[in-house]
Amino acid sequence: MAGAGGGGNDVQWCFSQVKGAIDDDVAEADIISTVEFNHSGELLATGDKGGRVVIFQQETENKSQPQCRSEYNVYSTFQSHEPEFDYLKSLEIEEKINKIRWLPQKNAAQFLLSTNDKTIKLWKISERDKRPEGYNLKEEDGRYRDAATITTLRVPVFRPMDLMVEASPRRVFVNGHTYHINSISVNSDNETYLSADDLRINLWHLEITDRSFNVVDIKPANMEELTEVITAAEFHPHQCNTFVYSSSKGTIRLCDMRASALCDKHSKLFEEPEDPSNRSFFSEIISSISDVKFSHNGRYMMTRDYLSVKIWDLNMENRPVETYQVHEYLRSKLCSLYENDCIFDKFECCWNGNDSVVMTGSYNNFFRMLDRSQRRDVTLEASRESCKARQVLKPRRVCAGGKRKKDEISVDSLDFNKKILHTAWHPQENIIAVATTNNLYIFQEKVN
Amino acid sequence: MSGEVQASTEEQQEMQDTVVSPEKAEEVKLKARYPHLGTRPGGSDLLRKRLQKGQQKYFDSGDYNMAKAKMKNKQLPTAAAEKTEITGDHIPTPQDLPQRKQSLVASKLAF
Repeated sequence: MAGAGGGGNDVQWCFSQVKGAIDDDVAEADIISTVEFNHSGELLATGDKGGRVVIFQQETENKSQPQCRSEYNVYSTFQSHEPEFDYLKSLEIEEKINKIRWLPQKNAAQFLLSTNDKTIKLWKISERDKRPEGYNLKEEDGRYRDAATITTLRVPVFRPMDLMVEASPRRVFVNGHTYHINSISVNSDNETYLSADDLRINLWHLEITDRSFNVVDIKPANMEELTEVITAAEFHPHQCNTFVYSSSKGTIRLCDMRASALCDKHSKLFEEPEDPSNRSFFSEIISSISDVKFSHNGRYMMTRDYLSVKIWDLNMENRPVETYQVHEYLRSKLCSLYENDCIFDKFECCWNGNDSVVMTGSYNNFFRMLDRSQRRDVTLEASRESCKARQVLKPRRVCAGGKRKKDEISVDSLDFNKKILHTAWHPQENIIAVATTNNLYIFQEKVN
Repeated sequence: MSGEVQASTEEQQEMQDTVVSPEKAEEVKLKARYPHLGTRPGGSDLLRKRLQKGQQKYFDSGDYNMAKAKMKNKQLPTAAAEKTEITGDHIPTPQDLPQRKQSLVASKLAF
């Protein structure tokens, strides 16, 4: 598994695994809402609308059989959040996991942050492979022994047992947000993290749950004057003082926490000038940024809006350095996409390990690989039809109008209920995790 | 007379727009279906809706009965009208009740 994680289009992608039920009748709780690899790529976590987290672990490679790819198998699963009820407002708080972020590993245990709309939790996932045996006062099954029958003393010893993986909540960060949390991001200082809702961003310390520091507040004094909301936020991968947040108006603000305690005033504002003659009712809606991600090297950031992916150089604020169309053929369907609410779908995006290729999802269970170095792009599909082991994925093509060629699919045949909103790329290898509504697909680079 | 001339230049502009921008053509379509779109005052409806995304109102029998008593002679407010209001003004009716939540079971991904 050499793979420096590069070359999106020299790479041929093969089916590796699919997780989840086959039946078409999808229970709402099974809808996958977030996917995230940990820092080594050994673990892959998913969160769903039912508040559950499932963690998969990559099997250690079998060196004697190089063709045999390492598979991801279930490592741990737990109920992270449960539905709650806000009695004051008579409103339900959904248990859906909005985001999962892993902490870098410091010791034998793994830690992750998971959040729903209102509450962030720090989970510890630890392994137990031995247990103490030979207690003096207790039998092996836990019953207490009659003290009168004890005549000798022995030292309990640890004996091996079947591996047990336990998840326990170590911190619960409550009451930090009035509005819905859309992002969490762990700082490179490994001590703090930020959480963002529609109007505010808070800074937390991982050890402290009873208070949080507000760093951004864009709530207007009069809510009637509200013009934009925060859509995503992320810390810089190396500079612990820097974070960015994106807005529903298509802007990104970079903030430096050294400049002031309250970062309402940005240090940099990234915005592409708009041609006013092209403005339509839809302009603002489709410019809303649904995801922002720094590159691994920290020099660039990527934003996803409804129709495109943009790469920004942190040193240039007035326009992106690269723009890629994800599904431009949807521009002539905006009216129906507005009526069925699809225009508000929030697609995520991700970088490969060496920042040469980016990936994002689309409709009809299509996802797009955009190769920055070779300026090429490909559309692939996550479907049950291409689920044979090591089957190479065939590029897909959408016909925007006019004559449809063989193998092309017309825009009107696309299934807008099959959306790929969440994807993740292994930090080092060419392994990707793609979430359809209720299934998780794992694809790997073809190895000869 | 001048009114007619004005109308035709507007039509021309629209035709031009359709040719130039599929987005504008879609906007025309939308405005035709929903003529009152974007004309309501008081901040962005879209943003307001977003801030309350997916929040179900629960049925409060106290509120409901008080509203019924107050409005003996009037009709109860219909559910469809103000789904964008935050709280207080909108008394949920039995039609608003959300579906019962499923019991907690293990994720199907874990099999």
